[in-house]
Amino acid sequence: MKSAVVVFPGSNRERDMIATLEKISGQRPVSVWHADSELPKVDLIVIPGGFSYGDYLRSGAIAARAPIMAAIAREAERGVAVLGVCNGFQILCEAGLLPGVLMRNAGLRFICKEVELRVETTASVFTSGYAKGQVIRSPVAHGDGNYRADDETLARLKGEDRIAFRYVGNPNGSIDDIAGILSEKRNILGMMPHPENLIEPLNGGTDGRPLFESALKAVA
Amino acid sequence: MLANDTPITPELVASHGLKPDEYQRILDLIGRTPTLTELGIFSAMWNEHCSYKSSKKWLRTLPTTGPRVICGPGENAGVVDIDDGEAIIFKMESHNHPSFIEPYQGAATGVGGILRDVFTMGARPVAAMNALRFGAPEHPKTRHLVSGVVAGVGGYGNSFGVPTIGGEVNFHARYNGNILVNAFAAGLARADSIFYSKAEGVGLPVVYLGSKTGRDGVGGATMASAEFDETIEEKRPTVQVGDPFSEKLLLEACLELMKTGAVIAIQDMGAAGLTCSAVEMGAKGDLGIELDLDKVPCREEGMSAYEMMLSESQERMLMVLRPEQEAEAEAIFRKWGLDFAIVGYTTDDLRFRILRHGEVVADLPIKELGDEAPEYDRPYTRAIPPAAIAAGDVAEPNDYAAALIKIVGAPDMASRRWVWEQYDHLIQGNTALRPGGDAGVIRVEGHEKKALAFSLDVSPRYCEADPFEGGKQAIAECWRNLTAVGAEPLAATDNLNFGNPEKPEIMGQLVGAIEGIGEACRALDFPIVSGNVSLYNETSGVGILPTPAIGGVGLLPDLSVMATVAFKQDGDAILLIGKAGSHLGQSIYLREILGREEGAPPPVDLTEERKVGDFVRSLIRAANVTACHDISDGGLAVALAEMAMAGRRGAAIRLPATDARHAYLFGEDQARYVVTVPAGAADGVRAAAETAGISATLLGHVGGESLDVADIATISVAKLTEAHDNWFPAFMAGGI
Repeated sequence: MKSAVVVFPGSNRERDMIATLEKISGQRPVSVWHADSELPKVDLIVIPGGFSYGDYLRSGAIAARAPIMAAIAREAERGVAVLGVCNGFQILCEAGLLPGVLMRNAGLRFICKEVELRVETTASVFTSGYAKGQVIRSPVAHGDGNYRADDETLARLKGEDRIAFRYVGNPNGSIDDIAGILSEKRNILGMMPHPENLIEPLNGGTDGRPLFESALKAVA
Repeated sequence: MLANDTPITPELVASHGLKPDEYQRILDLIGRTPTLTELGIFSAMWNEHCSYKSSKKWLRTLPTTGPRVICGPGENAGVVDIDDGEAIIFKMESHNHPSFIEPYQGAATGVGGILRDVFTMGARPVAAMNALRFGAPEHPKTRHLVSGVVAGVGGYGNSFGVPTIGGEVNFHARYNGNILVNAFAAGLARADSIFYSKAEGVGLPVVYLGSKTGRDGVGGATMASAEFDETIEEKRPTVQVGDPFSEKLLLEACLELMKTGAVIAIQDMGAAGLTCSAVEMGAKGDLGIELDLDKVPCREEGMSAYEMMLSESQERMLMVLRPEQEAEAEAIFRKWGLDFAIVGYTTDDLRFRILRHGEVVADLPIKELGDEAPEYDRPYTRAIPPAAIAAGDVAEPNDYAAALIKIVGAPDMASRRWVWEQYDHLIQGNTALRPGGDAGVIRVEGHEKKALAFSLDVSPRYCEADPFEGGKQAIAECWRNLTAVGAEPLAATDNLNFGNPEKPEIMGQLVGAIEGIGEACRALDFPIVSGNVSLYNETSGVGILPTPAIGGVGLLPDLSVMATVAFKQDGDAILLIGKAGSHLGQSIYLREILGREEGAPPPVDLTEERKVGDFVRSLIRAANVTACHDISDGGLAVALAEMAMAGRRGAAIRLPATDARHAYLFGEDQARYVVTVPAGAADGVRAAAETAGISATLLGHVGGESLDVADIATISVAKLTEAHDNWFPAFMAGGI
């Protein structure tokens, strides 16, 4: 199984993500540069966390227009699994690959802490390793994690079972406690929390592991 | 904008922070009147911040070597061997004055500066901490400053991508007009690929890298070397503006370039920017440097040579490169979208020559700019330390439970969660011990078990009462905090924050503290490998508490036996390792409960400190310990309360016979720890302690929902936690 991690100027959790994918799959993912317009043939594409272009404009807005994004859209259309974490989620929303937008946290402060997430659907390669309704731990570390969508979009997300995770104890004001959502075809997951930072005993837990294990197994 | 041939008047000299005798020294050195640019260069190189002219004589007395020290003070940061061909590179630096004027940017660029110091030497930053000191909570500016500084530290570190894993926050009225922001960073490198600032070779290109030069921060280092008064708002333009995004690109580009072997010397542009970095590279390598300022990438048009030489625009580097690898180097920087320009050459004439629009605007002897800076042996007076206060002269609390609840919820003692949750402390995925314990711990990337511990410490109230004992205590507490997680303390960095050294009593504090630090470092084999001095921390004549902050690094070969403060399981035996508490002078109890800031601080017996610490570390490493916490602010009672709150479980304690229960519980005697062990192991630990000549007392056992001190008080852990957790958020919300 092959995976790729996309690196933008200002990405800063790409090393965490690369280490996680390597530890779990035994295979080092390919690093893909934002300015490339082609992706190698892989089964999983990950857009990691960070502050692409400093996030001085809306978070993810500039990265969403990078040359590599057209290639990611093409691969996603073909059904390749795409995971966007934190800044990656923001970029996927800005690129129109996921609906909605991520605004400033309700408390107006950056927040780094461990939160609890409820797994809302197991019908995706990312969540099939969990049980529906299972509560898992995951760190968050963001300033702009307040998910917003219009009523119609929200109704669709709910109706189509596309809410992957909800916060148990909402840290950022997200509408309907949404922490992560799936695309229509269910092969794109965007989420604010960082499952890649909770995969081994050193991190204080391994609740993030099943997400990567199932995604990597499904495409192997 | 002044022309380069502006007449140099005494007023102009004074406004550059140069004293008349210092100006005379310049005239004697160059044999003519300096140009405006030259005056600016001298003022940048000879101010207190860059030249250490008041402290150098005393800094030389500190121990700076040891079997693990690869590079001590004098470079961008200290370098220490951590085995396996790896090194940890670290330093702490102040950004006090800018942070008071503009808290967000002041703190942010403080973090940016210290990160640059570390990666300039070839290390990838892996841990950051910060020591913050603010005015009294009730002072009208305090909340604004806390909010801005914390947001600034987080804003920079979070975006750059380094975990901020520890630090200190204190409040005291003596910082009302002059807060302290001390930023620490540490990075990992291969011990055989460390990069230094010493240039080598004549006629080699001097390359400018990073962001463009603007007018921000012009004269910042000179500002940082002066006292404040009411006109301080006018100094706002001397504060730099941080761009963590550019710094992250600069990090990646520098590390990539260093791998190619193209870099001969490298120096970041920090205080006094282009001036200081170029002079250091040349002077260290016995080379001259010629710079053509027309080649320097500028953010705005029409900048004068004076402005360019004194700009403190951030995220910039100067390098000397191997000419044959110029193209390769440029390609790397272009890939990362950064400026790259050859702005000059090394020469063999030992001159620092600056050209602008084809004219020589400065031509100075490069060695003398650094080496011939004034050095002062300032007069100092040592204050007579206050007499010790006998425990019998300190009242017992009417209600021990209420007293402990009040103490754990006091501004200096309450949980700092509100602060560190705004710092990304988990990024990089190696954080083994999060903030809130005795030390922050990170795993060394590429290893399963090898880890590093970090702690920042100083007790300014002790230093105020007795600078010598306070200096010793700062080192001892840092060493103790590293020991308490099971680490072997390796080396430290110091950030000496004091008032105006021209006052003999302030100079006396500085001298006393350095002597105390030196004595403790020698006794504990804990050398100082880097540091920073910040003087003139005064506003309208009122100096801060003397605050020599110490940042220490320890090595933990096996993470699996790392100790943490939380009580783990009911039934564990609780032992006090070290002597009984007796000393209440300068204690938190005395201040918070009785409103007295009096007496001598606890004396530090360094032999005892080492003996007890080595014993506790050996217990931890033998996997005998289920929890460990050092005893410091607030004494035994606070240590037990913190262990209970962290573990969400209580304990039943019975004090041994004592004639001063409050001193036993709240005394801040040094060289002490609380450990828990499985109940069956307690006797063995006590026997081992006795053999080692160390006092170990069985206090009781873990369990229940209260901290129950027999015949004295029963205090619910939930109530302690409520008081401890609530103060900071309530204060920041304006509720206190």
